[in-house]
Amino acid sequence: MSRIDRRFAACRAEGRAALVTFVTAGDPDADTSLAILKALPRAGADLIEIGMPFTDPMADGPAIQLSSQRALKGGQTLKKTLDMVRALRAGEADTPVILMGYYNPIYIYGVERFLKDAREAGVDGLIVVDLPPEEDDELCVPALKAGLSFIRLATPTTDDARLPAVLANTSGFVYYVSITGITGSATPDFGAVAQSVARIKAHTNLPVVVGFGVKTGEHAAAIARGADGVVVGSALVEAVRASLDGEGRATAGTLAAVEALVGELAAGVRSAAKATAA
Amino acid sequence: MTVQPLNSYRSGPDERGHFGMFGGRFVAETLMPVILEVEKAYAAAKDDPAFQAEMDGYLAHYVGRPSPLYYAERLTERLREGAGGKGAKIYLKREELNHTGSHKVNNVLGQILLARRMGKKRIIAETGAGQHGVATATLCARFGLECVIYMGAVDVERQKPNVFRMQMLGATVVPVQSGSRTLKDAMNEALRDWVTNVATTYYCIGTVAGPHPYPGMVRDFQAVIGKETREQILAAEGRLPDSLVACIGGGSNAMGLFYPFLDDKDVEIYGVEAAGHGLASGQHAASLTGGRPGVLHGNRTYLLMDDDGQIAEAHSISAGLDYPGIGPEHAFLHETGRVTYISATDKEALEAFMLLSKLEGIIPALEPAHALAKVVELAPQKPQDHIMVVNLSGRGDKDVPQVADILGGQF
Repeated sequence: MSRIDRRFAACRAEGRAALVTFVTAGDPDADTSLAILKALPRAGADLIEIGMPFTDPMADGPAIQLSSQRALKGGQTLKKTLDMVRALRAGEADTPVILMGYYNPIYIYGVERFLKDAREAGVDGLIVVDLPPEEDDELCVPALKAGLSFIRLATPTTDDARLPAVLANTSGFVYYVSITGITGSATPDFGAVAQSVARIKAHTNLPVVVGFGVKTGEHAAAIARGADGVVVGSALVEAVRASLDGEGRATAGTLAAVEALVGELAAGVRSAAKATAA
Repeated sequence: MTVQPLNSYRSGPDERGHFGMFGGRFVAETLMPVILEVEKAYAAAKDDPAFQAEMDGYLAHYVGRPSPLYYAERLTERLREGAGGKGAKIYLKREELNHTGSHKVNNVLGQILLARRMGKKRIIAETGAGQHGVATATLCARFGLECVIYMGAVDVERQKPNVFRMQMLGATVVPVQSGSRTLKDAMNEALRDWVTNVATTYYCIGTVAGPHPYPGMVRDFQAVIGKETREQILAAEGRLPDSLVACIGGGSNAMGLFYPFLDDKDVEIYGVEAAGHGLASGQHAASLTGGRPGVLHGNRTYLLMDDDGQIAEAHSISAGLDYPGIGPEHAFLHETGRVTYISATDKEALEAFMLLSKLEGIIPALEPAHALAKVVELAPQKPQDHIMVVNLSGRGDKDVPQVADILGGQF
């Protein structure tokens, strides 16, 4: 059983959905970023997604675009991101870590070398936005062979005919994109999302996690009623941005701002569990 | 399925969109279904005589095809001066005479007719120099379609005349403020729009790049340039040309001219990338010369990037060439050695811009001025019976304010 499987099983045992938090590696600087990562589990995050910054994040809205730019400006590289996972792993044995990003930096790092280094650093899974099932030979199949989960995005445009192809090599969990759109944009229609989650669950036993457009504890609670997990990213990197000083540097309030929002989201996820139980 | 001879350079892409190791479909899942839909629709249209007939009608009566193949007598003579009895005979393929002023309209016409067949009512496009944006806005006006054009904020400034044209044609022009605020960022933003409005929207990509089926489809629509050139040169000279020269940003005008000649082994083919301030300066847009294979905007191709795989900002005087990538078929033709890729600097392009204006009374766009700059170098090395065809892919009206500014009114 992988770390990801164990964590979803534990949340299920508590009768609630998992909270998956996304932050960008190296945002706003390496030290603060590592401090944020270390704080996430104790603030209530069940799984950690770490964004690998890229110059051209085509599926991301302004919040994550800006966080990537801050990280790159601070000198973040894929190697430094892997080092950061290793540093996090040293004190955090159980929380699954998933790297999320775009293919080019991995391709340039070298697929085999990347998979080996990621596994050794303590990475559990990968989400690579611009690798659909049609390109599985590139990274998905080698990642599965290397013992890493490859988590696929399913979207509102993924119909029943296509869903089996999307699920075929997916492992760990399925990430359902709640809207047709970029990260951090529209607020999803929660009723429609619940129906879609049910539709995907009819095709797979994997946990189904929902992301894109989830900003508050209330949103998280609404999603958590039907899904196995909720992903929040843009709202967290936006909290980072809002805490910076005039020169874009971290302040005493940066870590606290992220912790406070994660706490609110964790409470939202847990309140949904109570609502279901009641 | 048609079996292509193994020794053909014209057999790509394969069913997964690959030209050798290049190409592919590197897009977000949200877009995969629509990309498969475009692929299916194009495959059906390609085999439908009614679609081809519709295309041909508009190409003749709306675009104004065929475009002339013109013998540039004074340019030829000038380049023979001091060449020791050498100097190629230079022909210009006059794509700048098309409606909207460039080759871009050939592709846009095909894609807009396809979008109509698919029932899409809203069209989006990226543009660099604005030529593709203008062509898209034009055909959207003609067919009553909603049109949104993404253009880097830097390019909005340096290509003002085209911004006004697009607006007059009824398009919404969105200045893109993210990243380097040029063509690559316009493409990112167009992809973000498409992900958001995928049900109603068709993305009309302006060059032979992007996810499969775009590179091959755009090439097919542009191949009219090479097909006509073939017929015209046979009529004028009774034989095929000895060489072809075209500029390359994404590379659609070049693919259009080159493709019908790829298997004619005796035809030398030159693609000219933008060398900006010079290859050594690091400020250029020559992806093949200065880049390496990577993945961006839906395809694997040569890209300018750093050691971490972060995409570099390109530089060129020409907004249309100011892109850190190149179409995947060019990457393939580069690796196989079928096409020779060279580059021209901003300065060389400016000189060629002025040269053609004064000698032939044709003001070229800054993009084909790069091709002309290399003709100035290549032609004097060739014998006088060497026939060289240059793709004059666009006219320079849009560049007049920028060039006047750079030259300070001293022409």
